[in-house]
Amino acid sequence: MLDSVLVANRGEIARRVIRTARRLGITSVAVYSDADAELPYVREADQAVHIGPAQPALSYLNAAAIIDAARKTGAAAVHPGYGFLAENADFAGQVIAAGLTWVGPDPAAIEQMGDKIRARNLMERAGVRVSPGSRKPVTDEAAAVAEADRIGYPVMVKAAAGGGGIGMGVAAGEAELRAAFATARSRAERFFGSPEILIERYVEHARHVEVQILGLADGSVLALGERDCSVQRRHQKVAEESPSPGVSPALREQMLAAAVRAGQAVGYRGAGTVECLVDTGASSFVFLEMNTRLQVEHPVTELVTGLDLVEQQFLIASGGPPSFDPAAVRPAGHALELRVYAEDPVRFLPSPGTITRWEEPAGDGIRVDSGYQAGNAVTPYYDPLLAKLCVYGADRAQALARARDAVAAFAIQGPKTNLAFHAELLASPDFVSGDYDTSLVSKLRPR
Amino acid sequence: MAEIRAEMVANVWKVVAAEGDHVDDGDTLVILESMKMEIPVLAEGTGVVIALHVAEGDVIQEGDLIAVIS
Repeated sequence: MLDSVLVANRGEIARRVIRTARRLGITSVAVYSDADAELPYVREADQAVHIGPAQPALSYLNAAAIIDAARKTGAAAVHPGYGFLAENADFAGQVIAAGLTWVGPDPAAIEQMGDKIRARNLMERAGVRVSPGSRKPVTDEAAAVAEADRIGYPVMVKAAAGGGGIGMGVAAGEAELRAAFATARSRAERFFGSPEILIERYVEHARHVEVQILGLADGSVLALGERDCSVQRRHQKVAEESPSPGVSPALREQMLAAAVRAGQAVGYRGAGTVECLVDTGASSFVFLEMNTRLQVEHPVTELVTGLDLVEQQFLIASGGPPSFDPAAVRPAGHALELRVYAEDPVRFLPSPGTITRWEEPAGDGIRVDSGYQAGNAVTPYYDPLLAKLCVYGADRAQALARARDAVAAFAIQGPKTNLAFHAELLASPDFVSGDYDTSLVSKLRPR
Repeated sequence: MAEIRAEMVANVWKVVAAEGDHVDDGDTLVILESMKMEIPVLAEGTGVVIALHVAEGDVIQEGDLIAVIS
């Protein structure tokens, strides 16, 4: 097993990784920018290294500073969390070249899946269905129009190298397509350093359902059940649950098998997520993309399986077997995750500020993965995630009831938060019925 | 005369309009960035941009004046 790990991230995920490292007797090293010196994860790590100013490009995206911090502290491994450098194949390669253990998949797998067009083509060859779309990058507007005509409207336009919903746009016709293409291309260049655009058929009334996979050190790939992530605003997830209320046992079996094929196709090792769009009317699904890292919403899977996925990541990275018997995994009960964001609950606009009060809910089935405490400043430099309120119940009804109480008991003052939105969500007939899709938030917030 | 003010702490990513420009309701004046999100600041009503009080790269606070439209 590893004896020490540097966590190349911040906030709640750094804190969560450090917690498991401590439990397993692994020494942890945190890294932090000027903006984050006071956050709990910096204090909770065994050691902490300042790596630069607040701007992500100069700190959490600064590969040289992070590897230097690992060298100086003698850390044996690097855990990237999610976001920042987690899906940067060059960084993974640099970590390995520095003689450190990379807690993640092979850089080649990251690279193959990081380009969404390449990933789609690969999946199609592996027998996993994809929606009609580009097989090569679309680089100019005229080509985009021709491609959309070929695919058929409505289409989704997005950066081939992208993620996090940034620059994504739906177009129902040519005028909208031209606008969406211009937006996607400028965002793609700015955020992902590549102007390559992917156009694919937009599935209306779809659920966004993903499968957690685990590639073991012996080369086998396991599927650990699904998470429904259809509650989204601006194409970004707000709440997740497992099992998905919209996936039948037969469909689940097909999706899990497809996710295993996807992992095998890239020789996947470690924790990864295969994202799909489920057309509930047709009871069918298509591959969307694969995230080659721990996912934000991984606690949902942990709650229904009883596994610690970060522990499995450490075990796999050290070349050992997982802590559990792969044949004996039986997800049970129901879990929810509510992302508590520093944003107003009506228009979802960011709301940085200093936290003056922070009281987390507690009780049966309640788990809070938070990155902050009272007195901390929430700055505009990073994403708005304050905490993940995770809830387990024996069934969905119990999980929803516990979630309602927990949302009411979560007290945060200072920045505006979306807790009031979560209270509304948990009371909305569409969500409570389980019969909802990715249009749910826009239905709750009609313009 | 309409004053357009910042709704939150943000960085000014792009200044789209220029002083003297004629703008229509809903036109983008500047694009702010906060918490990994781009927030377009839009003209409310038709008019001429009399003054622009921000430049690209500025950090602005909630309530800061961004633009004045006649």
